[in-house]
Amino acid sequence: MKRKAGSEPGINAKPDTWELRLYVAGQTPKSLAAFANLKKICEEHLKGKYHIEVVDLLKNPQLAGGDQILAIPTLVRKLPPPMRKIIGDLSNTLRVLVGLDVRPKM
Amino acid sequence: MAKKEARLLKGLQKVRTGIAGLDEVTNGGLPKGRPTLVCGGAGSGKTLLGMEFLVRGATQYNEPGVFVSFEESAEELTKNVASLGFDLSRLIASKRLLVDYVHIERSEIEETGEYDLEGLFIRLGNAIDSIGAKRVVLDTIESLFAGLPNPSILRAELRRLFRWLKKKGMTAIITGERGENALTRHGLEEYVSDCVILLDHRVANQISTRRLRIVKYRGSTHGTNEFPFLIDERGLAVMPITSLGLKHIVTNQRISTGIPRLDSMLGGKGYFRGSSILVSGTAGTGKTSVAAHFVDAACRRGEQCIFFAFEESPSQIIRNMRSIGIDLQQWVEKGLLRFHAERPTVYGLEAHLASMHKYIDMFKPKVVIVDPVTNLGSVASEADVKAMLIRLLDQMKFNQITALFTTLTASTGSLESTEVGISSLADTWLLLRDIELGGERNRGLYILKSRGMPHSNQVREFLLTDKGVDLVDVYVGPSGVLTGSARISQEAQERDVESIHQQELERRKLNVETKRKALEAQIASLRAQFQAEEQELKKLTEQEKMRQNGVSKLREKIARLRREDENSERRKG
Repeated sequence: MKRKAGSEPGINAKPDTWELRLYVAGQTPKSLAAFANLKKICEEHLKGKYHIEVVDLLKNPQLAGGDQILAIPTLVRKLPPPMRKIIGDLSNTLRVLVGLDVRPKM
Repeated sequence: MAKKEARLLKGLQKVRTGIAGLDEVTNGGLPKGRPTLVCGGAGSGKTLLGMEFLVRGATQYNEPGVFVSFEESAEELTKNVASLGFDLSRLIASKRLLVDYVHIERSEIEETGEYDLEGLFIRLGNAIDSIGAKRVVLDTIESLFAGLPNPSILRAELRRLFRWLKKKGMTAIITGERGENALTRHGLEEYVSDCVILLDHRVANQISTRRLRIVKYRGSTHGTNEFPFLIDERGLAVMPITSLGLKHIVTNQRISTGIPRLDSMLGGKGYFRGSSILVSGTAGTGKTSVAAHFVDAACRRGEQCIFFAFEESPSQIIRNMRSIGIDLQQWVEKGLLRFHAERPTVYGLEAHLASMHKYIDMFKPKVVIVDPVTNLGSVASEADVKAMLIRLLDQMKFNQITALFTTLTASTGSLESTEVGISSLADTWLLLRDIELGGERNRGLYILKSRGMPHSNQVREFLLTDKGVDLVDVYVGPSGVLTGSARISQEAQERDVESIHQQELERRKLNVETKRKALEAQIASLRAQFQAEEQELKKLTEQEKMRQNGVSKLREKIARLRREDENSERRKG
């Protein structure tokens, strides 16, 4: 479930790539909603320089420890540092952007 | 067999914690397959209780366990509990224990919409499955409230978590921080309601005591009191002391006091085994020496002893006792005697009791010495000390341990009263007192009481010699009770008087003898005189006889001469 987008220049000048990891547990409505929301936000604000990895903890439960995942779904911003976590179905776009530290596109 | 099974099925199944005393207090352990809430303030021992539950489970009951820590990392935990003798890394390596450190940084987390704690469930489930765990500890799950926003979601998820743990058959301990007006700060008791244990850490008179109380235990009887507990190098130890009653059995066996003369004062055989002996006295009257003799005698019989010293260090006691000819060092080396010397103020009374209880449990002695119990009064009130001693004595009587307590009585006031009022607890009460007389202090011993045996009512003088304690008769004479040099001088004086009497008698005897001799001589001389007189008389008699003889012959002659005429007359006539 890896998606890669092009690397055309965006509004945010600082980081070149955004490494994002979305933890889910199976194909629950919340997980699906979170992924859809994330995809939408990234396409809108970070087009071309983001990288989303989806980890399904039902398949790889041992991975939950590494990023200290408790809540599902959790979005982890691996890059750029520092690490940020956003929990929930990412329905509140504004808060996702705050959490990712991405300035919204005007 | 079938009946037994049916009974087991009916009742609540329990899992032994392996924590000393806790299983007694809970009548068998924690509810099997259910979560138990352990709450208490900071530093009350919640984490240790949880950890010991897992360690004991893994090592003693072959039940692997998962420790989910929300506060400390596995390394920190390992270090912290190493001081209790728990080797976590070994247990972790052998897959009998798994420590999962769940760390949440509030500042890293942004909440955007609906979420659940499936991640925690998955982690926990994975951990449980990977080692086949039967026990789970969540310490302290309330950290989640600080780390995650939206408490209403959290509450629902926690409820689900506890249900899920129950469904998985995990015997779990959930720890919670003590709240202001509730058992826990976030009301965990609402969700975990099968068994709630409250830990407390109170400070009174600058001395802290840990206590444990079972607030509730659904479907089971349990001790309801506050039980003191200890945390030391062997882990937690809870004292189920109040569960004992006056049900101990007694023996008629007698054991020597170690002082032959004292044995004879106690009906010739010494103390009863399993009885409690109180040795009271003012300062410096030899209480410890009496105790040391008893210890020495017990060790000679090959019995184990524990000496709880609250005043002197073991080496000091050993040195001092050597000066009266008792070598306690040899028994220490042979492992028959153990000293536990602590200042009473080192911890609270209950903790003292707990530690004594634990040592007695561990060492299983036949004889226990507490020297002196009065020092415990410095950390608690009289009533508390008495209550504690009752519990301690109950335990010892129950185990047929002979206990000897020494108490220090103040020089002022009645000697027959002990400071802590424990005299009624004692079966045998020896009173040591000093007798001041003639500018010196001497020690006296008497038996104030000794239940169930004939005993001497006499005061004995108590001497500390280099061969141990010696009891000698005091002088009781017309001039009162005398001890020490007064006794000796009195005895000497009596000896003098005696010898004078003797001499007088001798003299008189001699006198009479001479008199008798003189008399006899007199008699002899009188007799001689008499004999002489008699002799003379005899001579005179003979002379007289001879004279008379002579006279008659002469008369005859005369007659004959006269007859001439008569005859002629007669012839004529």
